[in-house]
Amino acid sequence: MEKQNTVVQERKETDRSRREKAVKFFRVLFKRKLVLVSAIGLVLIVLMAIFAPFLAPYDPNVQSLMDALKPPCAQYLLGTDNFGRDVLSRIIYGARVSLIVGVLAVGIACAIGTFFGMVAGFFGGIVDDVINRISEAIRSIPQIVLAMALCAVFGGGILNLSIILGISNMAVYIRMMRGQVLSIKETDYVMAAKLQGNKSMRLMFKHILPNCISPIIVQMTLQVGQTILSEAGLSFLGLGISAPTASWGSIVSDGRVYLLQNPFFSLAPGVCIALLVIFLNTVGDGVRDALDPRMRGRL
Amino acid sequence: MGRFILKRIGQTIIVLFIVSVFIFLLVSFLPGDPVYAMLGGEITQETYDRWYYELGLDKPLVLRYLSWVANAIRGNLGTSASQHKAVVDVLAERVPITIYFSLLSFFISIPIGILFGIISAVNRGKKIDSILTTFANVCCCLPQFFLSVLFLYLFSMQLHWLPSFGFVWPWEDLKQSLLQTIMPLLCLTIGGIASICRQTRSSMLEVIGQDYIRTARSKGLAQNRIVFIHAMKNALIPVITLMGLRLGGLIGGSMFVESVFNIPGMGTLLVMAINAQDIPLIQGCVLLIAVVACVVNIITDIVYAAVDPRIKM
Repeated sequence: MEKQNTVVQERKETDRSRREKAVKFFRVLFKRKLVLVSAIGLVLIVLMAIFAPFLAPYDPNVQSLMDALKPPCAQYLLGTDNFGRDVLSRIIYGARVSLIVGVLAVGIACAIGTFFGMVAGFFGGIVDDVINRISEAIRSIPQIVLAMALCAVFGGGILNLSIILGISNMAVYIRMMRGQVLSIKETDYVMAAKLQGNKSMRLMFKHILPNCISPIIVQMTLQVGQTILSEAGLSFLGLGISAPTASWGSIVSDGRVYLLQNPFFSLAPGVCIALLVIFLNTVGDGVRDALDPRMRGRL
Repeated sequence: MGRFILKRIGQTIIVLFIVSVFIFLLVSFLPGDPVYAMLGGEITQETYDRWYYELGLDKPLVLRYLSWVANAIRGNLGTSASQHKAVVDVLAERVPITIYFSLLSFFISIPIGILFGIISAVNRGKKIDSILTTFANVCCCLPQFFLSVLFLYLFSMQLHWLPSFGFVWPWEDLKQSLLQTIMPLLCLTIGGIASICRQTRSSMLEVIGQDYIRTARSKGLAQNRIVFIHAMKNALIPVITLMGLRLGGLIGGSMFVESVFNIPGMGTLLVMAINAQDIPLIQGCVLLIAVVACVVNIITDIVYAAVDPRIKM
């Protein structure tokens, strides 16, 4: 009975210290006004993407050629595109594509990259060599070129694009995780866990992974923005998301021919991409500062 | 040093081998028949046979790979289906233009980026620091294609200062060439300035906090001497990596600017090859870009090791 009580108490205490840690994390994170503003902007964009059907004044894909290429007016706040579709509605729906691809691709990159990086660092030897060379090969082709080549073969679309961008981004995680594991592998507590007779898999996932997680989180938050830029770029080149789905990159590309008739057609989605990435990067920098005090104030 | 270089070259050869296998396998990833995928369904049996043979589809995969590599080393990358020319000739027309822009942008962005980074690090917390930092942070996030479209709209459609597209070499028509180079160059360079500025600032801050800088200060050395001689030497080491990355990426990273300003370089070529499903041309482009990136990588590593004795050879 007494033993049970202490266990319950201990659990309560770890819960409390965890909550305290979280509160402290958010306090440090939002102490900088810029991070707070960016976080609010980010939340607004996410809400916009989720509630797109309620917010968009028109259906993003319904064409009305009578209204083609209207400049901004009361009826169409950002004007219309060359098919008479409402630019504002298309931008609101386009947020979905950017966010889904950005998050999904980084998730895929992180999952695959972390796993292989961990395996490489943990086992060493020939496994390490093979994984290292492959990751170096991926890194040697510029990321956007690799994604373009893969798009050429496998085609675009949200899911394909996420997988392609995930694969072309995973090398960073391999290298990072490998470095982390190499240093953590030698610590006493991992040795102790090993001597207890734990299996390799359990050692890696239960004992090593949780202690490598914070730089991975920082890398992820910073990379979502880069991935969104890549998605927009591929869609701009006509290789990513195909018509009629609205993606910010492809709207910029469609609109650049009609800059004189309705400049907002092309420029407004571009501003949205820039804002979203600026918000993401600022929050990412903030997260890094909050997780790693040594880096504080260094951009 | 010699051993280090040899080791790096050996590693790079392995990497290039993996890359070449991947590029070669692109054909086999194509859904359906590769010949039809490249040329479309409406071709005569003769054309089909010719391309079937040209792609070597009658031989086993390993033999095909070996002959492809052997040809590539000898400078024969096959024939482009959409251009009806040897891939090497197509590349030879396009590469110099991209290299011209890449090198110009590289050499402009480095001194400006480093200068901005040092200014903002030395004046940490002051107004000029926050202006430069904000500039760098914002410019890092601006998509190149958006910047290009924006400049196109502002400078050529609204202000009518600059021509909106095209390319001529400076020795063909100097004035025209200068006017046509300004906008693309600006779009390529701003991102570079921003990222070099960020990197320089953060590594400069790290160095300035170290003991030997304090020693130099207490010795009574002039501020400029400390910053530019003592601190900069060490602060620029991490910047070398970034420079290498940019140089390796610039050959294959200008597709957005090229496609907005209609510059016939590598970027537009790759996009065109992909849209035409011209496999030999795609392979040629990606291979060239990867080889350039690998070579630049080796050079970066060697320079890095040469300037930083802490790196074990």
